[in-house]
Amino acid sequence: MTSTRREFVKQLGFVGIGFSLMGTACFGSEEKHYQAVNDDFSSPDRINGWLRVLEDGRVLILTGKIELGQGIRTAVTQVAAEELNTNPDLVEVNLAETGVTVNEGYTAGSRSIETSAMSIRNAAAAAREKLLRLASEEWGIPLKELRLEDGIISAGNRKITLYELLKGRQLNEDIGDSHAILGKTTRKYVGQPIPRKDISDMVNGSHEYVQDLRFSNMVHARIIRPDSYTSGLQSLDESGLEDLPGFLKLVRIGSFLGVIAEEEYQAIKISWEVNDRATWRGGKELPMGVPLKEHLKTLRVDTKTEEAEGDWETAIREAPIQHAAAYFKPYIMHAANGPSCAVAYFQKGELEVWTHSQGVYPLRETLANLLELPEGSIHVKGVPGSGCYGHNGADDVAAEAALLAVEYPERHVRLQWMRDEEHRWEPYGTAMIMELEAGLNRDGKIEGWKYELWSDGHSSRPNGRPETLLPARYLDRGYGVPGPGFRGGATRNSKPYYTLGSLHTRSHIFEGPVRRSALRALGAFANVFAIESFMDELAYKAGKDPVDFRIDHLDDVRAITCLQKVRNNSSGQRLKDREGMGYAFARYKNTASYFAVAAHVGVDEGGIVRVKKMWGVIDSGETINPDGLKNQTEGGMIQAASWALREEVKFDKEHITSRDWHTYPIFRFQEIPEVEVEVIDRVEEKPLGAGEAAQGPAAAAVINAIFNATGDRIRDLPVNPVEKYLR
Amino acid sequence: MPNYNLTVNGKAFTVEAAADTPLLWVLRDHLNLVGTKYGCGIGQCGSCTVHVDGEARRSCLTPVASVENVKIITIEGLSEDGSHPVQVAWKKADVPQCGYCQAGQIMTAVSFLKENPTPSNEEIRRAMQGNICRCAAYNRIEKAVAMASEKIT
Repeated sequence: MTSTRREFVKQLGFVGIGFSLMGTACFGSEEKHYQAVNDDFSSPDRINGWLRVLEDGRVLILTGKIELGQGIRTAVTQVAAEELNTNPDLVEVNLAETGVTVNEGYTAGSRSIETSAMSIRNAAAAAREKLLRLASEEWGIPLKELRLEDGIISAGNRKITLYELLKGRQLNEDIGDSHAILGKTTRKYVGQPIPRKDISDMVNGSHEYVQDLRFSNMVHARIIRPDSYTSGLQSLDESGLEDLPGFLKLVRIGSFLGVIAEEEYQAIKISWEVNDRATWRGGKELPMGVPLKEHLKTLRVDTKTEEAEGDWETAIREAPIQHAAAYFKPYIMHAANGPSCAVAYFQKGELEVWTHSQGVYPLRETLANLLELPEGSIHVKGVPGSGCYGHNGADDVAAEAALLAVEYPERHVRLQWMRDEEHRWEPYGTAMIMELEAGLNRDGKIEGWKYELWSDGHSSRPNGRPETLLPARYLDRGYGVPGPGFRGGATRNSKPYYTLGSLHTRSHIFEGPVRRSALRALGAFANVFAIESFMDELAYKAGKDPVDFRIDHLDDVRAITCLQKVRNNSSGQRLKDREGMGYAFARYKNTASYFAVAAHVGVDEGGIVRVKKMWGVIDSGETINPDGLKNQTEGGMIQAASWALREEVKFDKEHITSRDWHTYPIFRFQEIPEVEVEVIDRVEEKPLGAGEAAQGPAAAAVINAIFNATGDRIRDLPVNPVEKYLR
Repeated sequence: MPNYNLTVNGKAFTVEAAADTPLLWVLRDHLNLVGTKYGCGIGQCGSCTVHVDGEARRSCLTPVASVENVKIITIEGLSEDGSHPVQVAWKKADVPQCGYCQAGQIMTAVSFLKENPTPSNEEIRRAMQGNICRCAAYNRIEKAVAMASEKIT
């Protein structure tokens, strides 16, 4: 490493900044790319945990979150730019990186705005106040005569950059609280549709994804997968592999098999050859012959009463209007467009990993346990990848790259999954069954409500446990399988946001046959789909308008406003034969964004459902970037419609058979509805997580519209399975 | 391994690769043009779309041996500075979320608009049917293609 580079990075205070400032990364293998140079680098209580002043006049923001296409980089830029009254072009962002950014856990649950952006807002407001006070003391000029703009403090003719004012040090003061927040008053950048800076790079082909990292001397790897989840390697003829073009190494640890080659396509071809030669034993355990939802009901469950308010049993039994229904949601997949990828580099006991994982610190801890290395010897840097919508193969591929790098040290090892690996080996969003019962009085008010759900756990994130990582189970070290995971994911939004006379909800958590982990909205997708379908059924039973029926059961004016607006925005549709309108509402997690949606669908003679248009109204409290919020919500609505109409993971006795875009079809252009989203900006309120708010309601609105169009109530997803097109 | 003479983004290159190597990997690994993305490798998703003599082509299914003496354009070669009308429209409509598929979307759109500079929305959708966007930024893509068509005509 040259002294110039070391000097350069020292000026920044640490060395982790690499990629964003250095352009397309192409480091020499011998370089060490990071080094924390002071101890309090990641204290969340101090200003410099979140914000650094750079010598060139820019400000560096450190977020512990990763960019997933949700626009967090732009949102944190906006809140910091606002508090520092500094042009967003002068704000640089360092995404999650161990030893550099604060440990913010996972980028998940639509929490990045509520947590990271708010911490950065406070840190930037504290920095502004501190910097102005410093200048005031140094110049002997009263605070009110000073102005901070674009990284410069001025008073009359006097000017000083923030860097000069700090004389090269960083603000390590406590953030404290009760700062004046310009984002609530001035709103020069916050609340504005500031375009994302990364979009220019995306349309030029120069945006850097983890898939695109290039290091000098980098090598490429591929994994050879067993026949099924539980099969083990029986035999492999390794003879002559070394003669294949580009061959560098075959890595074989227990039943974990990988190949390393000079070039990517060479690695692919060698992996095909190894795949042809490998034989596997065991592993024909996937349930076949019975419908999945029947099979799931036969599994052992862990049952818990989640909510119990009032005498629901009597209320239902004695109600003049009674209704019961059961709903099913199959396994669905994240299905990232770009297969999971990571780069790992191992040298002299130290490991570096570049990853699109949603949690760099938890991944580091888990890698330490898997590889039996001290955490301090592992550096994990978050780099944007293809949109993942939850916990996909990101951590798995990082662990695989790390295992290979340890076996093949001193060169960067890049591993990207193939399409069929991404489809067949990622952890899916679990299948769920929801059973509901309700009793209504003569006025159409719900007096009794009973809700039962059957689900696998929804999250199997690493959290230090090697067995959560796919390769761990093939190392023959007896890690076992991860168990059912995060129960809270299954019950998310299982309690309706409505005011009900009495209420009883129970969850039954099973351990299902296939891998699963967090997928956008977790259980809220299926729970809201079921609750909002059932609310629609009840409205018809009670002879009420479905929107009025919901409003009659809501006390929260923000919820009611969303529904009223969506009804207005979607009113006056001229419906043809076999066309209908459907509505739905939920407040994500019952604490985050409010979202109401209307759908206009048409059903053709063959029963194929086509969504023509969707209207959404979202209230996320204070809006940081209205265009970003709209973009996320539009995408969420269409993705949810695709889940509901098209998507279902399938398997036979041995394999996942959904292996590509033909066997797992998702919405393409000609199926896309028009979408219209209205944002309700409430400056006085807290900003609320929004990226998952649309999923459940959008699916239910489509289902309700189908009923409105045809009188057919669909309770099992997907609506348009592949077989329907073959009839 | 044989050598192949390629013309990519107006520049001549000689690359040494096995004859069956898909153009996608040659672009990414030999020429460091990583804007073209691997998505499926089997022509189902459109992420790897480039232009071969002006026509949109799936680079994952195009063997390097078949593209000597033709003009290959990748996303990096569409314009010097992101000023192609389709790129400009993309920025204006704030299209991408994660952006991974967007290079392929743009390359498909550019070649389509050359064939049909004044498309209807239905024609845009039909032309773009082969390009998947998992973030579902489809409506904005459609809008950007329509905006660009107005600029081109």
